[in-house]
Amino acid sequence: MKQGKLWSWVIFILGALYFLVPLYATFDFSLHIRRDHLSFDAYANVLNDPRFQAAFSYSLIIGAAAIVVGLLLVVPAAYYVRLRAPHLRPIIEFITLLPLIIPAIILVFGYIRMYNTSSLIPLLGTNFGSDVLLTLAYVALALPYMYRAVDTGLRTIDVQTLTEAANILGANQATIIARVIFPNIIVAVLSGAFLTLAIVIGEFTIASLLNRQVFGVYMQNVGANRAYEPSALAVISFVITWGAMGMIQLLARFAPKTARLD
Amino acid sequence: MNSVSSVADTAAGPVSTGPVARVGGNPFRFLTTLRPGDILAIAPFILFALLFLVMPTLGLVVGAFQDANGNFTFDNILQLGGPQIVASFWISIRVSAASAVLGALIGLAIAMAIIRGRLPEFIRSSVMTFSGVASNFAGIPLAFAFLATLGRLGLVTVLFKTLFGFDLTRSFNILSFWGLTVTYLYFQIPLMILIIAPAIDGLKKEWSEAAATLGATRFQFWRHVGFPVLWPNLLGTLSLLFANAFGAIATAYALTGSSLNIVPILLYAQIRGDVLHNPGLGAALALGMIVITALANVIYLVVRTRAERWLK
Repeated sequence: MKQGKLWSWVIFILGALYFLVPLYATFDFSLHIRRDHLSFDAYANVLNDPRFQAAFSYSLIIGAAAIVVGLLLVVPAAYYVRLRAPHLRPIIEFITLLPLIIPAIILVFGYIRMYNTSSLIPLLGTNFGSDVLLTLAYVALALPYMYRAVDTGLRTIDVQTLTEAANILGANQATIIARVIFPNIIVAVLSGAFLTLAIVIGEFTIASLLNRQVFGVYMQNVGANRAYEPSALAVISFVITWGAMGMIQLLARFAPKTARLD
Repeated sequence: MNSVSSVADTAAGPVSTGPVARVGGNPFRFLTTLRPGDILAIAPFILFALLFLVMPTLGLVVGAFQDANGNFTFDNILQLGGPQIVASFWISIRVSAASAVLGALIGLAIAMAIIRGRLPEFIRSSVMTFSGVASNFAGIPLAFAFLATLGRLGLVTVLFKTLFGFDLTRSFNILSFWGLTVTYLYFQIPLMILIIAPAIDGLKKEWSEAAATLGATRFQFWRHVGFPVLWPNLLGTLSLLFANAFGAIATAYALTGSSLNIVPILLYAQIRGDVLHNPGLGAALALGMIVITALANVIYLVVRTRAERWLK
């Protein structure tokens, strides 16, 4: 039995080395831009680069838009399925799994063929149209996570009773979703939002093929042309991912504990 | 007074077995009770799925069977047999399989160690949190991290050289099959841990106690109880990891440029500049990817429903 515990430690430590050494190596590398001493100059170079600022804020804007659109699509649908049409659940859940089944590069290839300038809906003909398409692509990418988060949130509240109570007080369906259901699942919604942000912020494939200058495309550019700045960018995006996931963990503590028993 | 009658309806039972669901025969019965609000709730979602998930993909499937003038042809599919395309499918399948198998085995070992290895509780929770982060830490930055670790000037490469006088780049090239596999493990292992941990948790303590009472050794317990219960989960996760690696492109693109011609990179180049000199062939390539990832995912979904039987 003692031996079993020893093995557990060995496996854990080897695993920890594999996961922590690259992080340390990246950080260490990013400090070596000056020959003679350690410095944060690589970070300064990146943060002061106007192309970084443009790409990063563009990614944030598209990410925020994708979160809003995703919520508008997912919250009513998940609410409706849970309350009135549980038999549609398998179909809806299958749809939400599609983005995991279809690789991103296939999706964007399909978009390019379907929404090019000579098509019925020539979204790619204008800059704004391309922004819209990128936003919707990100909604699709985040759909599995967003739906799962919202649905989990709905499970923890008593949708049935809340809806009936609001109904009796004369609220219509839109009011119920916006002013009764939504505030009650805000914690779940926020974790869906942060997950979306974590997925979207460094995305490369779709944006690159739609010719959008997002953070991921900027990173790829820097990677092809610079030596130390890429490490600084890797550290920055790791911190962002960690921040988004940390927020989700933190939010989980505020989730309502008044779960309905079913 | 639709809303009132619906309240009366739904009040009759819990949501999941509501009156609509209880009706057997006609699954479209709900259409007769549909209200405008219901349509407004679900229609945008369905429309979005059709326009931005289903139709673009179906368009590619159709395109794979069309020539330049839109006529039906098998020519594109036949051209998938060309040496360049076969080679890139082969390298893609090898990288995906290697990273899935290794990721599953290592992930399983770590999950077992932290859950059943009697390690301190805080280790378990930090590993799970870290796995959530690491499984999302893919794409371009991951490539940068591994270049800084195992690249020509990477920390580990330099350490090996200064400490042991051993040139790692001679036997290990980060821009190769093994380089890509080792890099992919960085998101494959955490994904495995996240998926398999609940399954290992589901192995009830009573089962191993019952087995021990009946005189079974630890090995016999795993041989006859633990492993058979976990088996569907392992198989399912394996195919999920395979699909996960097969569709990935950003990491490989940033790491190797186009020196390692995996399928997604070939497709990327094809979309960018028609390197195969046949747009229909691009669609056929996409169809090949769809078939492989869909197959892997279907295995996962089918097996998962089976796996959940014991692990409630």
